[in-house]
Amino acid sequence: MLKKSHYIILIFVVLAVLVLLQLPGGTIGKLKLAISGLFLPLFGLSSTTHELLGQAKEDLVPRHELIRQIEQLRLDNQQLQLRLQQEAEVWNENARLRGELGWQRQIRWRMVLARVIARDPANWWRSLEIDRGLKDGVRANLPVLTSNGLVGRVQSVGETRSSVVLLGDPNLRVAALVSGTTNETGVIAANVSAPQEEGMIDLDLLSGANLVRPGQNVVTWGAGGVFPAGIPIGKIVDVRPKEFGLSTEARVKLAADLSALQEVWVMLP
Amino acid sequence: MSWRPTLFVLAAAFLAVFLEASFGFFRNLLGAQIDLLPALMVYTALTLGFTSILLLAVCGGLWFDSLSLNPLGASVLPLLVIGILIYRSRELLLREHLPAQLILGAAAGALQPPGTLFICLNAGVRPLLGWVSLWHWMVMAAGSGAATPICFKLFDRLRRALEYQPATQTSFRPDREIKRGKS
Repeated sequence: MLKKSHYIILIFVVLAVLVLLQLPGGTIGKLKLAISGLFLPLFGLSSTTHELLGQAKEDLVPRHELIRQIEQLRLDNQQLQLRLQQEAEVWNENARLRGELGWQRQIRWRMVLARVIARDPANWWRSLEIDRGLKDGVRANLPVLTSNGLVGRVQSVGETRSSVVLLGDPNLRVAALVSGTTNETGVIAANVSAPQEEGMIDLDLLSGANLVRPGQNVVTWGAGGVFPAGIPIGKIVDVRPKEFGLSTEARVKLAADLSALQEVWVMLP
Repeated sequence: MSWRPTLFVLAAAFLAVFLEASFGFFRNLLGAQIDLLPALMVYTALTLGFTSILLLAVCGGLWFDSLSLNPLGASVLPLLVIGILIYRSRELLLREHLPAQLILGAAAGALQPPGTLFICLNAGVRPLLGWVSLWHWMVMAAGSGAATPICFKLFDRLRRALEYQPATQTSFRPDREIKRGKS
């Protein structure tokens, strides 16, 4: 069945794949973006169809419902304006006090909205593709979040789209702080023991002092330089001792629903 | 050799990878995404030639890996191995039988993930593995098994519709025509 020439081609292909697997990460990232660029017309078509369907759905909403929604949005807007004014005052006060103490000034978050265009087709990774890239100011390692909390970090960037690695993926570890306790920090890692629990991750390397309680909020700590401090991650669900009580591990329910992401915010530097 | 069937299979592989990345119906319903490339490989290996197998493994694998965190090329070799294994023994396999298609599809779907994971682990990356991976593996195998007969039906119909079909010989023979009436 297989001829000699077939065997030669097979050996050549196997060698080519082995070489491909050994290429450095940067080159592989560029190659991946180039190959996945072939899917751009289909992604465009898919998002246009989504938009058209959304518009069609909006056209079917009755007028009184739209008026009610506008009124609600107007009220929300007024409340947010008031909170913004208050927040601006707090911000100025914070900046002044930091200046007096000689602390580094906090930088305001700059965000860019991105649409999720694809998810990782393999079941053993948690990643997705967004429709923003270098031309929108997106760079590698920038935090990605929703209004509910942290989602992940930008892994690789192309001209018009980027790959985002999500919380719960083994490639992403985040320094986290349990709010309400003193100096209780840990590392957010993939829930390898039970990855079937969608929306659950492990908070590892907590101290053995047993200060963490279920219901406490977990936010980014700010150590490591990738994620600024204070981005919500989730809530502690339960805590268990580890390594004969030398350290503690907690399960965290993520604030953002990673299974239903349509749009995300990329935090620009 | 006609290139049309190969092009159809490659187009289907492209579309399959796009659908796997874009639509999460099975992921939301079963907790795992179904991979359609092993089913396509079973059809290709039983119907088309060596070049088609090679092209499907290389293109399909690279397309899949480009949208995934897999190291680029990790899916190529398992697909190629599945294709070559079936191709080598295709004289012995009952191509038209539904149970054979189901079993071959399921076997291909069951072989593909461990093969890819083996390459991933050897390439130094650490995928998300746990007890749930067994469930993923079963869903992928069952999904591939179910998709294989659909692949056969669709592609056979497409081939019949688009390819030249030689006219079949009719049983009509002028010398055996029955002449009615009085001569």
